Amino acid sequence: MANEAFEPKLVGFLCNWCSYTGADLAGTARMTYAPNIRIIRVMCSGRVDPQFVLKAFIEGADGVLISGCHPGDCHYQEGNYNALRRHRLLSKMLEQFGIERERFRLEWVSAAEGVKFQQICDEFTEQIKKLGPLNLNGGKDEHREA
Amino acid sequence: MSTEKPKVAFYWCASCGGCEEAVIDLAEDILKVVEAVDIVFWPVALDFKKKDVEAMKDGSIAVSFINGAVRLSEQEEMVKLLRQKSGLVVAFGSCSHLGGIPGLGNFWNKETIFRRAYLTTPSTDNPDGTVPLEKTEVDGKELTLPRFYDTVYTLDQVIDVDYYLPGCAPPPDLIMNALQAILEGKLPPKGAVLSPNKSLCDDCKRNESKPEKLTIKEIKRPWEVELDPEKCFLAQGVICMGPATRTGCGERCIEANMPCRGCFGPTDQVIDQGAKFLSSLASILDTDDEKEIEKIVDTIVDPAGTFYRFSLPSSIFRRRRMEDIK
Ligand code: SF4
Ligand code: SF4
Ligand code: FES
Repeated sequence: MANEAFEPKLVGFLCNWCSYTGADLAGTARMTYAPNIRIIRVMCSGRVDPQFVLKAFIEGADGVLISGCHPGDCHYQEGNYNALRRHRLLSKMLEQFGIERERFRLEWVSAAEGVKFQQICDEFTEQIKKLGPLNLNGGKDEHREA
Repeated sequence: MSTEKPKVAFYWCASCGGCEEAVIDLAEDILKVVEAVDIVFWPVALDFKKKDVEAMKDGSIAVSFINGAVRLSEQEEMVKLLRQKSGLVVAFGSCSHLGGIPGLGNFWNKETIFRRAYLTTPSTDNPDGTVPLEKTEVDGKELTLPRFYDTVYTLDQVIDVDYYLPGCAPPPDLIMNALQAILEGKLPPKGAVLSPNKSLCDDCKRNESKPEKLTIKEIKRPWEVELDPEKCFLAQGVICMGPATRTGCGERCIEANMPCRGCFGPTDQVIDQGAKFLSSLASILDTDDEKEIEKIVDTIVDPAGTFYRFSLPSSIFRRRRMEDIK
């Protein structure tokens, strides 16, 4: 199958205080994990505007991850709850655009959870490999000019 | 003899006719307009043809007001012609500015729209299953129809646009202000939306009724509640697009005790009106509990259609994923 060779592009928005440090730990501890994720550090998971997620998808991401501190641990108290509310509503809306729920993931990863981060990356990559490329074209390349 | 009044054109693409009505609704002011300008093209009211426009010198029309979204090859052809002949092009109304209601067609494609419209609606009576074709042979002659695109486009996705007059339809005062600014050459920088750059909530009388910390436990549709005529709609659990919508309409819907549906589009700071509204709505859902959140989200029947009611083609995605449509 053509999908054998498909390497998903994943974008991960990681909060500075927990998840980014967790990912860093995975790195310094030399854990190996799927290299498909491009990490963007944000101050808090609550800083991720839904527009960022849409932008990531339209620019070619096959999956988007938001990762923040565990509930109760957010550096700004409420940020990750906001991320949770947005994630659930945005997931429902993305489905209406034909984007499967599995492509948009929200996780809690603490600064100590390098292993968890490793597992998420591997699992997410596998899952998106099965789903295949997203192929959003924004209405650009159809028969309009034909 | 009055010589050399600025020439003006009006044109319509994928629209409902309401924008033409908005020009007529200028009432007595339309006479001022007619006095100040020469209307050289206006298919709904005057009998000029495409060839008349073709015969004009490039750039000789001072301004073309174009309403409607672009979804047919014919519309694309006409707006490109008008662009070439005009000094300024103003996208007139929500459909031309953002895609508007016809833009909701971007949740489908040509095939599914044709199937629905010509074959499967309960009121369709089409035993031969005839659908429009681009080319048909009749008595040895070939008849042609414009091409119907899979995607609806905003005007500025097809031609260069100088200004935007927002609204479904644009209100008379904004139209007159725009005309005056054009006639006096007192125009804002190119690309401006000709309505104040702040949110509808900023001007809404009901804003004061918003509680200190606005939260909602359940989303209701307007017909499910007896709407309080004084209280902020969001505080009543009814979706109001005010926070993500540009002001300037005179709060017409609010005044009629209906929530804003977003026809003015977003302010300059926002790219994607739907995503912005989603963000503000999510943040007022009154719970931190995962299961509770999911329950409230379930009460929002059609988030995409509601948040992008007027702006789908201008959104970041522009349309639904093609391969998802069957
Ligand atoms: S949300 Fe609607 S009703 Fe409430 S203040 Fe804003 S525009 Fe007015
Ligand atoms: S209240 Fe909203 S939907 Fe109604 S006219 Fe104004 S901007 Fe448009
Ligand atoms: S700082 Fe980590 S989620 Fe807010």
